[in-house]
Amino acid sequence: MRYRFTMRGIISWGTYLPFRRLDRTTIASVAGSGGGKGTRTVASYDEDTTTLGVEAARVALRDCPDAHPLSLWFATTEPAYLDKTNATAIHAALRLDSGVPAYDALGSIRSTLGALRAALDSSSTSLVVTADRRGSLPGSPDESAGGDGASSVLIGDDASDAPVLAEIVAWESLTEEFLDRWRTPGDLRSRQWEERFGETRYTDLGARAIAALLSTTGLAIDAIDYLIVVGPHDRANSAVAKKSGVASDRVVDTFGTNVGNTGAAAPLLVLASVLERALPGQRILLLVLADGADAVLVRTTPAISQHKPSRAVSVQIAAGAPVAYGKYLAWRGLLPVEPPRRPEPARPSSSAAARNTEWKFGFVGSEDEDGVVHLPPADGEWSMRPMSEVLGTIVTFTIDRLAYSQSPPVVFAVVDFDGGGRLPVELTDVDPEDVAIGGRVEMTFRKLFTADGIHNYFWKARPVRGNGVEG
Amino acid sequence: MASHGIRDRVAIVGMGCTRFAEHWDKSADDLLRDAASAALADAGTSRQDIDAYWLGTAQSGMSGIMLAKALGLEGKPVSRVENYCATGSEALRQAAYAVASGAYDSAMAIGVEKVKDSGYQGLNAFPIPTDGTNRTLTAAAMFSMVAPAYARKYGVPMDEMKRVLARIASKNHANGARNPRAQFRREMSVDQICAMPSVAGDLSVFDCAGVADGAAAAIVVRAEDAHRYTDKPLYIKALSLVAGNGSGLTDPEYDYTTFPEIVACAQDAYAQAGVTDPRSQIAMAEVHDCFTPTELVLMEDLGFSERGEAWREIEAGAFDIDGVLPVNPDGGLKSFGHPIGASGLRMMFEVWLQMRGEAPDDRRISTWPERQLALTHNLGGYPGEMVSFVSILGSSLG
Repeated sequence: MRYRFTMRGIISWGTYLPFRRLDRTTIASVAGSGGGKGTRTVASYDEDTTTLGVEAARVALRDCPDAHPLSLWFATTEPAYLDKTNATAIHAALRLDSGVPAYDALGSIRSTLGALRAALDSSSTSLVVTADRRGSLPGSPDESAGGDGASSVLIGDDASDAPVLAEIVAWESLTEEFLDRWRTPGDLRSRQWEERFGETRYTDLGARAIAALLSTTGLAIDAIDYLIVVGPHDRANSAVAKKSGVASDRVVDTFGTNVGNTGAAAPLLVLASVLERALPGQRILLLVLADGADAVLVRTTPAISQHKPSRAVSVQIAAGAPVAYGKYLAWRGLLPVEPPRRPEPARPSSSAAARNTEWKFGFVGSEDEDGVVHLPPADGEWSMRPMSEVLGTIVTFTIDRLAYSQSPPVVFAVVDFDGGGRLPVELTDVDPEDVAIGGRVEMTFRKLFTADGIHNYFWKARPVRGNGVEG
Repeated sequence: MASHGIRDRVAIVGMGCTRFAEHWDKSADDLLRDAASAALADAGTSRQDIDAYWLGTAQSGMSGIMLAKALGLEGKPVSRVENYCATGSEALRQAAYAVASGAYDSAMAIGVEKVKDSGYQGLNAFPIPTDGTNRTLTAAAMFSMVAPAYARKYGVPMDEMKRVLARIASKNHANGARNPRAQFRREMSVDQICAMPSVAGDLSVFDCAGVADGAAAAIVVRAEDAHRYTDKPLYIKALSLVAGNGSGLTDPEYDYTTFPEIVACAQDAYAQAGVTDPRSQIAMAEVHDCFTPTELVLMEDLGFSERGEAWREIEAGAFDIDGVLPVNPDGGLKSFGHPIGASGLRMMFEVWLQMRGEAPDDRRISTWPERQLALTHNLGGYPGEMVSFVSILGSSLG
């Protein structure tokens, strides 16, 4: 089956890597096994796949302000909720109109391809959000090899105010039922059949998908400028790349040493990193080996030379700070640590939250007739004032060692926003000794806590760290 | 619009106050009975002779039934009131206004809190269903932001600031050590307090109010009836309450070095009582020292010190028991303890003792009887979002 899309493709992208990094060499001394070289990304205790996805999608929309997605697809292997759609929280945080449908594509790494395909098959602008938190039991290969992150692409037709930056030229998809990796719902770990079995099957599938793609496009393998091979089976990925005929310097590093395998987020994360350095007219072959093989040919357009990503993958990789293995385990719920001797927070009210969706999810304040900004919004006829993209300055702060937190102490600051508005708000992704009056902060969508199974989403502030937002 | 007050129309004629402590062996009902019995005995009256009751409790019970049950009242009007940590003062305010209105001849205000049954240290607010976006910081952390803000504004080095705050705690511990009803009866030096580890901002547990169970009660009657109960009534000169609208939390102009609700409340109270120079007219003050930075700022907000000067005056001992204006001679929230619903009435209990010459010798103020007015200040909430109560009480009419 062959798809060809005429000047329909990626009009923007955004990625998000959480701030914390686990040094793999620290694992074995605690777990007795596992670990390895390099680091992996670690979502903070206040992040789940929904919040990770919001952060990536915000960048995609920020970098293409004239585009208005008319549908949203969210893919992850680790949804925060079942039964309830997770994409709706992303939809609310991005403040999309209620007429814009938002759907989950859940459970498997391959869901990402389904979401991307749905966006491509659509006739309007569509936002694809992918996020994952990868891990397994302590000491396992998956724990070490996995990574946490999110990536998002905005798919649309070429337009003068939102040009296609990378056209999806062709897509060959092979589907095959075989058991290489599986996890039953609720399990902490995935299980894997003997590694050689999956490697054999995926090597064959990958080679067939590439051959089919070259055949339908009439291209020779040396026309491929970048080959990305991602999927759950790292050995198969390497093997397919090696046998593909693509020169090794054109095979893209998939961040195994410094991010880890981000599962459902990996295909678009690695693709985004290539788009951030690709020149116009270059061909990128994205091959995803997950329960089959999807070979997607992407070609950059002249417009990509004018595109300035506000938060590049490379900048985020360089920006991280370490997290101790013990804290990582506690954040993941794998090491039960003594909880704070405080009452656990009460669950938020569903009906109260529904009345305040713009504030709670969208971080929208209000502005009165004198231009004074109110956070939260004041009642009345005043205009709404979206604040999620506005930077602020720390006026004063405190460290609370008494308040309940999943990861004490609470770092709390009074923040004055550029252009008006003040909010006392919790800080995140920060060590207490690094907070200072006058420090610059940006807003980030987080999960304050979970009570009675309800994830209490709201915004926190975090230090601006050379990610380009401030210019 | 007016705040006329009820100057000299109502008098306190009997008071009772339990010890504030970790009363593991007493229930809220026990504490209510103890405080009520003491107040009734003090006034020489009985529970059935009191016409109406106001019960202040923040979260140890609900409705007037709690008190009616505990005291075995029959057919009496009993209201439960709540106004954060100013709950005890609020009970007195309601009872006094009811008597001033002529609706009743006598009323009891009683406050109680049984905080030590929660199983957790500190005070924990009853959770109200919300959208989940509200701040979850502790009160200690909220008030901790006052210290660096004050230090920066007035150029006080932070290590000096720490000693100023420790000086406040040390003074209140010294006073509490001489008070048999106080929770903590140990003197603490400035150096000892400065050595404690921080729990919120730069504050240690020694900057925080004691957490205790307790109850306190007052009986109020019309001023003209007061001498039927006691030779030494305490006259109500002013009762003022201001509830902030929370705008300070989100107002970029707010700088955490003052509490505007308290400034407004004090001005109203002084106007009601005809006080023009509190520093020289007031014999003593019981103020809401929930955290040491609070007492620092209160000295300025209540007009006892000029702006930016309180820290120096505290170090000079101006508010010590033998200072120009004794503050918290009973030990304050710091060492007397803070059972929320009882604290406002506990403050008045100290005025009741001092302004009638009944405080023990080792902590008796020397400003009375030359000065005949005392002040109590009680607050609830946080910087930027608080309720403030101020009363002026006097040992003579006029």
